[in-house]
Amino acid sequence: MSVNRREFLKIVSMSTILSLGGVVSISSLKNHVEASQISRNAKALTAKRWAMVIDMSKFTSEEDYRKCIDACHREHNVPHVTDNPKHEIKWMWTDTYEHAFPGNEDKYLSEKIKHMPFLLLCNHCENPPCVRVCPTQATFKRKSDGIVMMDMHRCIGCRFCMAGCPYGARSFNYKDPRPYLDESRENPEFPTRMKGVVEKCTLCYERLAHGLLPACVEAAKEVAAKKGITPGLIFGDLEDPNSEVRRVLNERFTVRRKPELGTGPSVYYII
Amino acid sequence: MYNGGKIIIGLLIFIGLVSFPFLYSGGKATAKPDPKIDTPEILSMPEKERKCVESKAFMKKEHMQLLNDWRDWVVRDGNTVYTNAEGKTFNMSLQNTCMKCHSNKAKFCDECHNYTAVKPYCWDCHLAPKEKKS
Amino acid sequence: MLEKAIYGGRRYWVWIFCLLGIIGVGFLAYLYQFKTGLGVTGMSRDVSWGLYIGQFTFLVGVAASGVMVVLPYYLHDYKKFGRLTILGEFLAISAVIMCMLFIFVDLGQPLRVLNVILHPTPNSVMFYDMLVLSGYLFLNILIGWTVLGAERKEIAPPKWIKPFIILSIAWAPSIHTVTAFLYAGIPGRHLWLTAIMAARFLASAFAGGPALLIILALIVRKYTKFDPGKEAIQSLGKIVTYCMLINVFFLGLEFFTAFYSQIPGHMHSLVYLYAGLHGHSQLVPVMWISSILAVIAIGMLIFPQIRKNESLLAVACLATFFSLWIDKGFGLVVGGFVPNPLERITEYWPTLPETLITLAVWAIGFLVLTILYKIAVSVKEEVVFDKYGEKQIKAE
Repeated sequence: MSVNRREFLKIVSMSTILSLGGVVSISSLKNHVEASQISRNAKALTAKRWAMVIDMSKFTSEEDYRKCIDACHREHNVPHVTDNPKHEIKWMWTDTYEHAFPGNEDKYLSEKIKHMPFLLLCNHCENPPCVRVCPTQATFKRKSDGIVMMDMHRCIGCRFCMAGCPYGARSFNYKDPRPYLDESRENPEFPTRMKGVVEKCTLCYERLAHGLLPACVEAAKEVAAKKGITPGLIFGDLEDPNSEVRRVLNERFTVRRKPELGTGPSVYYII
Repeated sequence: MYNGGKIIIGLLIFIGLVSFPFLYSGGKATAKPDPKIDTPEILSMPEKERKCVESKAFMKKEHMQLLNDWRDWVVRDGNTVYTNAEGKTFNMSLQNTCMKCHSNKAKFCDECHNYTAVKPYCWDCHLAPKEKKS
Repeated sequence: MLEKAIYGGRRYWVWIFCLLGIIGVGFLAYLYQFKTGLGVTGMSRDVSWGLYIGQFTFLVGVAASGVMVVLPYYLHDYKKFGRLTILGEFLAISAVIMCMLFIFVDLGQPLRVLNVILHPTPNSVMFYDMLVLSGYLFLNILIGWTVLGAERKEIAPPKWIKPFIILSIAWAPSIHTVTAFLYAGIPGRHLWLTAIMAARFLASAFAGGPALLIILALIVRKYTKFDPGKEAIQSLGKIVTYCMLINVFFLGLEFFTAFYSQIPGHMHSLVYLYAGLHGHSQLVPVMWISSILAVIAIGMLIFPQIRKNESLLAVACLATFFSLWIDKGFGLVVGGFVPNPLERITEYWPTLPETLITLAVWAIGFLVLTILYKIAVSVKEEVVFDKYGEKQIKAE
């Protein structure tokens, strides 16, 4: 049988295409081990939509904020990039009123509020633009509890989400974050990140799964307990009319950051 | 033969490239990998309980698929508990479950991965157990 | 036909090796970036896209502009463009290749790029951008190669190619519209959140792309025996003129909306770009160069007497090209990030490795373009045209 060059190339290219098709249809593990089952931890804290109220009156010193931020950054091995502020990584940070609520600033705003450091974090929006723009679903909103999650395994580092987020809540690993971690303070239970991926607050999904409150909420509790007041971070289910969050929202006047953009932030502030 | 010289030179370059890996390693075979599971954590368990999440044969063949699925189930679906065929439950976590027993990453993971030149990027993020340098 | 690319004079090879040299240096810079991370660029937490994405945006326009010669030729039967179409199509191919490379070098985890296909996400504009760009690349390679191949054999192009040509004409505006949607659909970035973003993109593309094509056509005529046609170049000059005017008009609309409404957020980025904001004015000189070049370009282009002089036309086209290159390839992207969503200002300027990588991608684009044009010109030189420069007649 003689095959000319043209026919040979046709056969080769067709078989390449077919074999590529075969590779795609890899079956999942569930088929391999049929008896195994996947489930939630029975102790896990669940909600329809997690939300947080930040009561600014409960934070009286820089120290109080520091404790919450530290708890978060230690829990999640967030690198402390000091040599270049352009490459800073922050899950939780503070800024003044005019920067936290741009457009709402007022020349005659009370001095106290003007200089108050507002605790900022990912808003876990109801309608998150970062999720809308992500080309790989590396950032996604969990249907079960509304947390805007990051799948660091899948992120390709295109940074579209950073352009999309109107709250500046996202950080990109411009370099390997490991050298910026203090080994003696790292949390051996949580991973670090690698260079080239975006990260942000995940509302401590890993703690919620084991029945623990978010690290910052826990820290705020400790701060409050020392002073003998109620904690400044109130965490709960926004969809549950009996939750603590809903009780506070019902009793106090609260504001959210940039509600006019229609993102539906889940973080509320009592000023 | 048209362009005989050029063809022969081309062939020589081709043979050189193909045989380079063999020449480079000096024709010696790399030592066969010998992964170890004799960590203090495993040895301190009663003999009967010294079982991995799934059977040894399955883990040997499918651990990468298992880890791949685990991470999706935990990160994306929020399910953290794995119940195996025997009804035993595990917290799905490379760092907090697998490596708690297999605390010898160098002898357990790297041994084979190095041999087969497979470089999974697990350890770019996940913290490996602290091993005493021996 | 590829074999035509390996026969060339001394000048051809010197040019090729210069490009390869730039590519080599840029490749080393990329290896450095690959190893160290995107921290080697000037980008930051606040300005998270920079030169790479700017170049990508600009080049999508260049790619789309190929339609400006293909459309009149095929839909309006404007025969004068007959000899330019292949140059337009091949320019589109190299521009799309550059676009893809600029996206690639901008990724933090380039090895995971296939995740875009493995986890297709129809709500992300980036997903559609990938689809339309690869589709456009495919169409242009198919059409360019088929038509040129037919020309070499001195036969009419096959009939089945016609539907693909019509499709490519419809496809061209789509690639730039989708690219505009990358920006225009983002809440909270006032400079980009404008309904005329896609229209602005198309106007600037149809000015900048043909301007580049005119320059390339003049170069081709100077150094080869192939003449793309004096009248064709003049017609392209008119297209550049009108589109440049529309582009500047659209920019004026943005200024009006921002400054008559006096909404602070809408003014901030424009103030930052053209006057400096709170003492930060790194981009001001650059943006003014762009504006001055635009004025020069329009001042020259609107007078037919000047436009008809080909050397002056070339100057006007260079001014157009660089004005738009700064405006779209740099200012538009960076301006959208300054001030940041918390109204703080972080400035951006590309670093050396970033510049070298950018130059290398351009060099790859020019290499592809040179090879394609070499092939096209070699074929065209063998074909003799009738006295109107329209139809090919058999060489004696």
